[in-house]
Amino acid sequence: MTERLKEDQPIFQQIAELIETNIIENELKANDRIPSTNEFAKHYQINPATAAKGINLLVDQHIIFKKRGVGMFVTEEAKQIVLKKRKDQFYDQYVKPMLQEAERIELKEEQLSTWIKEAFQNGNESNKLN
Amino acid sequence: MEMKATNLTKRYAHKKALDDLTLTLNGEKIIGLLGKNGAGKTTLMRMLAGHFPATDGRLTINDKAPFDHFPVTKDICLIMESHNFHEKFKVKDVLNISAKFHPNWDMDYAKYLRKSFRLEEKQKVKTLSKGMYSALGIIVGLASLSPITIFDEPYIGLDASFRSMFYDLLLESYQHNPRLIILSTHLIDEVSKLFEEVVILHDGKLMLHEKADDLADKHILLSGNKEEIDQFAASKNIIHESSMLGQKTIVLYDEEVSDTGDLSVSKASLQELFVYLTKEEVNGYVPSSEA
Repeated sequence: MTERLKEDQPIFQQIAELIETNIIENELKANDRIPSTNEFAKHYQINPATAAKGINLLVDQHIIFKKRGVGMFVTEEAKQIVLKKRKDQFYDQYVKPMLQEAERIELKEEQLSTWIKEAFQNGNESNKLN
Repeated sequence: MEMKATNLTKRYAHKKALDDLTLTLNGEKIIGLLGKNGAGKTTLMRMLAGHFPATDGRLTINDKAPFDHFPVTKDICLIMESHNFHEKFKVKDVLNISAKFHPNWDMDYAKYLRKSFRLEEKQKVKTLSKGMYSALGIIVGLASLSPITIFDEPYIGLDASFRSMFYDLLLESYQHNPRLIILSTHLIDEVSKLFEEVVILHDGKLMLHEKADDLADKHILLSGNKEEIDQFAASKNIIHESSMLGQKTIVLYDEEVSDTGDLSVSKASLQELFVYLTKEEVNGYVPSSEA
């Protein structure tokens, strides 16, 4: 979790997204303990209350649960919840801006489709190698 | 701890430093106190430390007035930009004397901090560089463990590396001894992440008092096509706008927006907010030879 924080987004949101990304990349698995608010505060030089707000967003969505006096942990269903959320956001966050730029630079739909197909094929091959 | 200013006014001979200020700060929080030069920050902090009385209105700490009243001020440690310590003292003397004034003083911690900042016990205050003088103030403020610890621009002359260490130490100290810490600064970008609450004073009045995490939702930066921006923001509270090549960027104050369409939305940084809220407009100087 050593990504740098960005200036143009709320910090608590970035803390939440960082944990989510670690969950879908299997860096954090179900029942793993996540760093405490003080650990986040120290690492990113942020107020502990800001870190707590980010973590509480995930508690509200059942991605993280608290064990009183022990710490905070990843729930069993965390990965499924985050995956669904990220998929729901995918069109707006990635497809829409890509299509806007494509239109701006007069890229044809066929060209885009070809690239996406090729990228998927290449991606699948490199996945097989892993 | 709770500090409460009610219609607080402080008048010096020629001007009002604080003008009918009403503000409550409480809990165990790190609070940023911001304002331009002359906004009244130092006056407010020195009044909290009991340095002088109000001209009008009330200032209380846990319902008691701090002016000239040690039972209240013993719980407060104010570190100013300068004039904190007598020139003839040695670093060691400063720590020993501070221990007598601050009931919660932790001498082991003070020594640990002194070593972190590489100060020698026998160095005289007079011989310290500006940065090391600031470091001594930081050491006293942190080791005081005072329920209200106030830093007024505590790091004049301190380099970026020691400043970053100060932020680490401040968070560590706050973690071990949660208390009300008030930090006044001009280096907003550097420290804004440390704040739980932010107060902005302007001309002796309260301009803003909010939770730091709420700032991002309430005040936003929008950019996009000029016509779309103008249409969208027609009746909104704009504190800053600038256009270039058909694109326009605006900063909205205290507006919640939805349906922003193709406009790009991001959070206004605390520094941007501060500047746009308190900046005077420059009308453009025309040299007389060109007039």
